[in-house]
Amino acid sequence: MFIEKEIQMAAYLFASILFILSLGGLSSQESAKRGVMFGIVGMIVAIIATVLGKGVEGQVYIISAIAIASVIGLMLARKVEMTAMPQLVAILHSFVGLAAVLVGFGSYLDPHTHSLTGAAHTIHLVEVFVGIFIGAITFTGSIIAWGKLDGKVPSKPWSFKGLQTMNLVLLIVCTILGVLYCGAEGTSGMLYLGIMTAIASFIGVVLVMAIGGGDMPVVVSMLNSYSGWAAAAAGFMLGNDLLIVTGALVGSSGAILSMHMCHAMNRSFFSVIFASGSGNGSGGEKKAIEGEVTALNHEEVAGLLKDARSVVIVPGYGMAVAKAQYPIYDMVQFLRKAGKNVRFAIHPVAGRLPGHMNVLLAEANVPYDIVMEMDEINDDMPDTDVVMVIGANDVVNPSAQDDPASSIYGMPVIEAWKAEKVIIMKRSMSAGYSGEDNPLFYKPNSEMLYGDAKDSVEKILGFLKG
Amino acid sequence: MKVGIPSEIFPNELRVAATPKTVKRLQKQGFEVYIQHNAGVKANFSDKEFEEAGAKIVATAADIYGKSDIVLKVKEPSMEEVDMMREGLVMLSYLWPAQNQPLLQKLADKKVNAVAMDAIPRISRAQKMDVLSSMANIAGYRAVIEGSYHFGRFLNGQITAAGKVEPAKVLVIGAGVAGLAALGAANSLGAIVRAFDTRKEVAEQIQSMGGEFLTVEIDEDGATSSGYSKEMSQAFIDAEMKLFLEQAKEVDIVITTAQIPGKPAPKLWLDYHVAAMKPGSVIVDLAASTGGNCAFTKNGEIFVTDNGVTIVGKLNQLPAQASQLYGNNLCHLLDDMGKAEKWKIDMEDAVVSRAMVTYNGKINWPPAPLPVSPTAGGTKKVVAPTAEEIKISDAEKSKKAATTTVISLAVVGGLLLLVGAFAPPEFIQHFTVFVLAVFVGWQLITNVAHSLHTPLMAVTNAISGIIVVGGLLQTKNDLSNPMTILAGIAILVASINIVGGFVVTHRMLKMFKK
Repeated sequence: MFIEKEIQMAAYLFASILFILSLGGLSSQESAKRGVMFGIVGMIVAIIATVLGKGVEGQVYIISAIAIASVIGLMLARKVEMTAMPQLVAILHSFVGLAAVLVGFGSYLDPHTHSLTGAAHTIHLVEVFVGIFIGAITFTGSIIAWGKLDGKVPSKPWSFKGLQTMNLVLLIVCTILGVLYCGAEGTSGMLYLGIMTAIASFIGVVLVMAIGGGDMPVVVSMLNSYSGWAAAAAGFMLGNDLLIVTGALVGSSGAILSMHMCHAMNRSFFSVIFASGSGNGSGGEKKAIEGEVTALNHEEVAGLLKDARSVVIVPGYGMAVAKAQYPIYDMVQFLRKAGKNVRFAIHPVAGRLPGHMNVLLAEANVPYDIVMEMDEINDDMPDTDVVMVIGANDVVNPSAQDDPASSIYGMPVIEAWKAEKVIIMKRSMSAGYSGEDNPLFYKPNSEMLYGDAKDSVEKILGFLKG
Repeated sequence: MKVGIPSEIFPNELRVAATPKTVKRLQKQGFEVYIQHNAGVKANFSDKEFEEAGAKIVATAADIYGKSDIVLKVKEPSMEEVDMMREGLVMLSYLWPAQNQPLLQKLADKKVNAVAMDAIPRISRAQKMDVLSSMANIAGYRAVIEGSYHFGRFLNGQITAAGKVEPAKVLVIGAGVAGLAALGAANSLGAIVRAFDTRKEVAEQIQSMGGEFLTVEIDEDGATSSGYSKEMSQAFIDAEMKLFLEQAKEVDIVITTAQIPGKPAPKLWLDYHVAAMKPGSVIVDLAASTGGNCAFTKNGEIFVTDNGVTIVGKLNQLPAQASQLYGNNLCHLLDDMGKAEKWKIDMEDAVVSRAMVTYNGKINWPPAPLPVSPTAGGTKKVVAPTAEEIKISDAEKSKKAATTTVISLAVVGGLLLLVGAFAPPEFIQHFTVFVLAVFVGWQLITNVAHSLHTPLMAVTNAISGIIVVGGLLQTKNDLSNPMTILAGIAILVASINIVGGFVVTHRMLKMFKK
């Protein structure tokens, strides 16, 4: 029951179209669900068309592998908590990287590869080489990213002088290995290929280790892009257009997403990726921070909220950690019923994943029309009575605007300090991911509220109701 | 710096450009305030109050115009007033620059830097200085009071021992600031309120003020990027007129507020509409000063038609209140221009560059258009960079872009030639597909909503699991073949990725709701 190659090609074309529609559909809330359906259908079409194609063997193994994987995948996706979403996405990326490496080696072992001659042979070998290289970097890089997001690996940037020189040397070594490997007869280049894989894996580790937790959204989206390129490289190896198209789609869309995020942080793409010092502070003396930190208790905060007419909530990673989104929305509903204008302000890089806060708030059923983007709400800040900063730090740091020595200088931030009163809910006085001290805490109109975000919000809600 | 406030010489103008409160505020901004003798009398502010607030009283207008650095006025100046102005004076007032070309010329000749308060662009940042809105708010409220006075009956419905009183029906045409204010006032007096507007997006605003949104059965939206409505098609106008005729037979008070900047007001309430109205009903025409929306309106007059309909073409301006709001608007603008200390006429500024209609002897009108449309259903406004900014940065950008494009195209072309020279045809074919797909991916993602970044990434992640195809193609029947083992593991991990990615995206999207 095999299908002709032409029919298979047609099915691939259809799947490609579905993938394009799928990504397009994800560009707005209304069409997003449809987009996912397109993706699923495209994937099913692609897999069936491949399995039914001429020359495919070992269907038993294929079907059992897919069946086992589906169960594992379902369990993973069902079980994961929304706060652990970044970790899941990162670990899934590593799977694509691993698959690309395996497919690369498989292709090298394929006798068909070595029946080629001349330029076609060389090009094919290069394709295998590059595919494995990208795959290996994606694989280990994603694992480190997962570790960092999960707290298993310290999120502080781990770097040393000469890191970039080392990477460059390793890259040159890889190129030399590549030349040797292309010249090798039959499968005797396996050794070179193995060494290169080890080096690439090492580069992947070092690359992500050197990036701080604050830049994680960019890294995750960049690894997403890499996983696409790896798939495209595999497509070249196998002469399969579907893989090429899909890989290129994912690769380029991931790349532009990363660039969007860098733009939002006012960082250059390369300075994030190559971890060339975090930030673009022009050096010089840091501004001394003046003022005193004052703290309130839950009852006083509830009093402030009672008197406020307009409230803006700025959530950050701390909200995700404390899983405070549910009590926060309870509080928001209570305040809105009392006729207050309560809205959320989301910084483009709040959290550890692009759009992380939106997902968490959506999970708590917060309607998305009261969730504002930074640009939409900054103009309203001077007319806001109370801003509640919940587990966010760098995204409300005024140094970004007025201290050229700060590492986050120039990054657009939510101008919380312009409001009448700022309440900062925090566990301690420690610095944010950028490691910058935050002068906002010392401003006369700022008040701290120490403690776990979820616990604090519940207490405030208690005082509001009582 | 000296700020001067002259008396308004136009007979029907009761307002004044400063009140004791705003005088205090001006001093806080660092200005010395001079006010002409009896300038505030018509708005019920005495010289004594101004003096107590810290202003110095000046006898004549000539002193004000000759010695001040900044003059605050309400009505546009007469030619005689302009004659008194000194060179370099900054004057803030209504100017209606589209209609007053000779006046602009004269101001420019005198090298007066005139700010037309009515030309402040309607963007978020400038809302606090938008005199059209602040004055329209007053006009809308007053229109209901005036209409109700001439109507001479209750607005609310009552059931009393002496019998039942029907509530009055009020129709508001045009739901801008004035229209909405009128809706609110009429509603709180107990009337049944309806409103008509060609812009569909204001329906929600009308309902929020307690009004019923009337519309015609033709699908055409009158909203434009400037925030005002555009002219509608003939079919639409016919349907609109028919709707008005039905309403004319029912309603007791009609308040019309339709104005087009720089043009005569559109005629919306025609002779046969007036004829169809019940005796005793009232038309309040807020567009009277620009010709009126009603065919019979006489500007500045109140009269009764032959069939007993009162047409009001003149409104009391609530001068004390209006002066206070207008004065606040002026203070906000001065705030924005740096107060006394850092005073600067910044022609790069989006607001100042548009409102400053004469500058350094040149006429700066009409300004470049500035799109400010509120999004459908909402009232958000967008702040756009000034036209100058756009022009400059665009020119620079396009120059830079042109150079980079030429260079990168040359490099890309060279590389492609190289590839073409050596690579087999099959590779070129795949390569073509690859490059095109990269571009498609690029275009697709450029417009994605921020909140969808995470789902998008999860879905692209699932899709990149397509690498499973590679594994599928490499599987052999022979389990002892290392290729089969490698391919099997590849299929396994890639499939986990596919299923996990799609399921988790679906889970996320299910949570998003409006």
